[in-house]
Amino acid sequence: MHNKTVAQLSHALESGEVSSVELATHFLERIRLQDNRYNSFITVTEEAALADARAADERRKQGNATPWTGIPFAHKDIFCTEGVRTTCGSKMLENFVPPYDATVTRKLREAGAVCLGKTNMDEFAMGSSSESSYFGATTNPWGERRVPGGSSGGSAAAVAARLVPAATATDTGGSIRQPAALCGITGLKPTYGRVSRYGMIAFASSLDQGGTMARTAEDNALMLNVMAGFDPKDSTSIDREVPDYTASLNDSLKGLRIGLPKEYFTDQLSSEMNNVVREAIREYEKLGATVQEISLPHADLAIAAYYVIAPAECSANLSRFDGVRYGYRCEAPRDLMDLYTRTRAEGFGAEVKRRILVGTYALSAGYFDAYYLKAQKVRRLIQQDFINAFKQVDVIMSPTTPSPAFIQGEKTDDPVTMYLEDIFTISTNLAGLPAMSVPAGLMEGLPVGLQIIGDYFSEARLLNAAHQYQQVTDWHQLSPDA
Amino acid sequence: MAISRQDIEKVALLARIKVDEAQVTALEKDLSNILDLVDQLQSADTSQTEPMAHPLDAAQRLRADTVTETDNRAAFQAIAPSTENGLYLVPRVIE
Amino acid sequence: MQWDIVIGLEIHVQLATKTKIFSGTSTAYGAEPNSQASAVDLAMPGTLPVANEQAFKYAVMFGLAVDAEICRRSVFERKNYFYPDLPKGYQTTQLERPIVGPGHVDVELADGSTKRVRIHHAHLEEDAGKSLHEDFHGMTGIDLNRAGTPLIEVVTEPDMRSAEEAVAFARKLHGLVTSLGICDGNMSEGSLRFDVNVSLKPAGDETLGTRTETKNLNSFRFMEQAIHHEVERQMDILEDGGRIVQETRLYNGDTQQSRSMRSKEEANDYRYFPCPDLLPVELDDAFIEDARSRLPELPDARKARFQSDYGLTDYDASLLSSSARMAALFEETVSHGKDAKLAANWLLGELSARLNSEDRELADCPLTGGQLGALILRISDGTVSSTGAKKVFEGLWTGEGSDVDELIDAKGLKQVSDTGALEKIVEEVLAGMGEQIAQYQEADEKKRKKLMGGFMGPLMKASKGQGNPKLFNEILKKKLER
Repeated sequence: MHNKTVAQLSHALESGEVSSVELATHFLERIRLQDNRYNSFITVTEEAALADARAADERRKQGNATPWTGIPFAHKDIFCTEGVRTTCGSKMLENFVPPYDATVTRKLREAGAVCLGKTNMDEFAMGSSSESSYFGATTNPWGERRVPGGSSGGSAAAVAARLVPAATATDTGGSIRQPAALCGITGLKPTYGRVSRYGMIAFASSLDQGGTMARTAEDNALMLNVMAGFDPKDSTSIDREVPDYTASLNDSLKGLRIGLPKEYFTDQLSSEMNNVVREAIREYEKLGATVQEISLPHADLAIAAYYVIAPAECSANLSRFDGVRYGYRCEAPRDLMDLYTRTRAEGFGAEVKRRILVGTYALSAGYFDAYYLKAQKVRRLIQQDFINAFKQVDVIMSPTTPSPAFIQGEKTDDPVTMYLEDIFTISTNLAGLPAMSVPAGLMEGLPVGLQIIGDYFSEARLLNAAHQYQQVTDWHQLSPDA
Repeated sequence: MAISRQDIEKVALLARIKVDEAQVTALEKDLSNILDLVDQLQSADTSQTEPMAHPLDAAQRLRADTVTETDNRAAFQAIAPSTENGLYLVPRVIE
Repeated sequence: MQWDIVIGLEIHVQLATKTKIFSGTSTAYGAEPNSQASAVDLAMPGTLPVANEQAFKYAVMFGLAVDAEICRRSVFERKNYFYPDLPKGYQTTQLERPIVGPGHVDVELADGSTKRVRIHHAHLEEDAGKSLHEDFHGMTGIDLNRAGTPLIEVVTEPDMRSAEEAVAFARKLHGLVTSLGICDGNMSEGSLRFDVNVSLKPAGDETLGTRTETKNLNSFRFMEQAIHHEVERQMDILEDGGRIVQETRLYNGDTQQSRSMRSKEEANDYRYFPCPDLLPVELDDAFIEDARSRLPELPDARKARFQSDYGLTDYDASLLSSSARMAALFEETVSHGKDAKLAANWLLGELSARLNSEDRELADCPLTGGQLGALILRISDGTVSSTGAKKVFEGLWTGEGSDVDELIDAKGLKQVSDTGALEKIVEEVLAGMGEQIAQYQEADEKKRKKLMGGFMGPLMKASKGQGNPKLFNEILKKKLER
């Protein structure tokens, strides 16, 4: 049962082969038995899930089920869930139970999906290994001491371990694609503004985007169908029609123009990774696509620009965690300054504090022009590179990460090395473009991902390209258990 | 670019994060490394480039001036660290 | 040494919108603490701002009224600082591209001259909450009902040269925003708050001296006192050879003392940067023309109309037209009382003096235009003398009665206007004043006028104050000149 995709489970529910309650019970049982190995969940909402499953079965009986009614899934613990604690992986929000839902939460709830719990993540989505969570590191189901990637490592590990068929996730610099690649699943970061950010706890507002994780492109399409759309509560969400993302999955790829950025395929790239990606691209050529080299001249500046802009935005976004209205408050503050400085020193972990301090520095008097303004200008150069590239090609392909899942603890002492993990993913966040990671092979027995980047609002095309690839390959079907 | 201890102390105060001596030492190294990474930016010619604050080339939508929120104080204050008579309490503020 | 006084003002004008600038929460004054603080206003994690159209319309109306250029593409910035009444840890405001550009306001001064005060700019921003310092076991209580109320902050050039000029400008601005209907003008509720920048320089010097800012003055009287106080304080320091420290000061109207305000100043580096949750606001011609079409009659136009329609002097017209409330009261009074000149005298004389002496706003005036008009009518038709009218006014003010005619009767203030009865009194009084009569008859025209007074006293006394002075005068003249 747990090896079935969302699409298959949806049919099974529809045909009456299985009930929502049976599904929820089955997956909850798997979480109970297996998650002590992965620590992919921060909170499991067993009772609420079973109640929702019963309601879903009832709704199906009444004949107004959607494709998601009764489908179990998990939320990254960054999406606010009314009545269910939402921690963002932080001590700061250890006991925070929001009295409101994120728009994404509401939409999935309204579709009848059954949330089994909240998944682990790097604290406030800052990290690429899911080791910075206050609730302990998540382990990659593919290797005992391997990281699942991050920040959405809990969602990726849970999907890879078949604890849920799908999960929500967010991506600020690669936080959907990198863990999807490292855990051997399929993940989609939509165009900035495609999915509402309301109730999704902000890290860097101009980069954050909610998205999907599942094993297949088709399941990602089904999930995006529910999550995407304009939200009057988010001024930066786009008022643009949401297509049925499953409708074009089977379109032919004949004539699809693929661009390979020469800046991504250098001698820095390991030959194993290069081979895996080239092999995937040969599959696309067999499907009728054409391949050409393109250039993204400012690609090497993306990490530098990102590590100014993201910390700057986060330094302001995280000021609200001050111990006054909700969340952690230090014991017996002597005065107001003590309340602030101790609450924030004790409530935030090391990486979050580092980024707040970097961002504060970059915005402070005397450095604003050299750092923040300069980064904003470089951001435009990077966007312009993509705009030019998409005049020549339909999609851009690259490895999702430089290497497969690394060993836990390997990079925690050196923030900069950790940052380089996102070298291929970060520039699409700066530009606001949609991108996917699709399982494309194994290296040292560990999964690696192919990144497919598209033009603005080309999610349907990306999903089509990924789906067609998955019709002729079976990397996405590999299970860590096998 | 190297960042000094004084810079770190100043920034930590601005950000309202208490840092002890040992942390300042560690941060001095980490932040200097991060700033070295970031300094690559200076190599780009941006003399003809407008800063980009946002990925979307769109304008703000405006909301009608209609009350949509209702009093939900009880729910909000149930999760607050310290309240009394409907007020959030903080250590005495001296202006 | 002679000093030039240089004054600039920053005025926080609360806009009279129904809801907050970035949320759909009511802005009604006086609600239970924190009952008008929604998830967005409380900066709950994941919540996002959505801008209120009406706030922009009001800001544009203000801009048009001060002849300013409207910024077609205005941007919001975050101003970062920690304070318990600032839930997000930053104030959303405008720095680089304020909605209202340079403009000006012409102010009529008491000497009849006109002073042009230049507006540097006006920007939209959100108000903070309130800190209540009453004793909560040594704690401060925070009420966030006001947090997020839309403000425009109007910043003038340092164009004013005395406290009187500053107050005249402040009154003019108050009249302007209330006439526009964009602010209720209720200063005791903080709807309009003044920050005053004061500096001194040696008379005739070009360079400005160091300035101080005195914050949050919420009455014209306190503002005037605070400026006088600050000028004297600075003068004392400078004449002792000292230097002025650039600082923010608080003025206490009760003790008439000021002191330096330290807490907010500490490590003052606001790290402004564009708010990534809000896109630039673009205002098209249609929006601006719609705002223009909503402009009511403004004080300057009203003043011209008062002069031409009612024959008022320049000075009276400017005082009566300055605020919408005063103008409305005047026109209502005239509509009942007919005599515009008399109505103007009463509003600017008796009524204004009474409001001043009790430190009350016109909004709290217990008299209606109907009552004042009725009183004016009774003065002009000779029913009461002006002395009697003051007694009626007193009765209306204190609430002793509400009907002018009833009060006249009750207080026995009706003048005797029966010519026969009055002639009898004149004859009786003149009978005992032979000497004065002879004096009068020998005197020239000029001296005669003076001597008339000598007869009026005894006449009024004989009539117990109820004789109509005008008729007495006529009868007397006839008798004496016979």
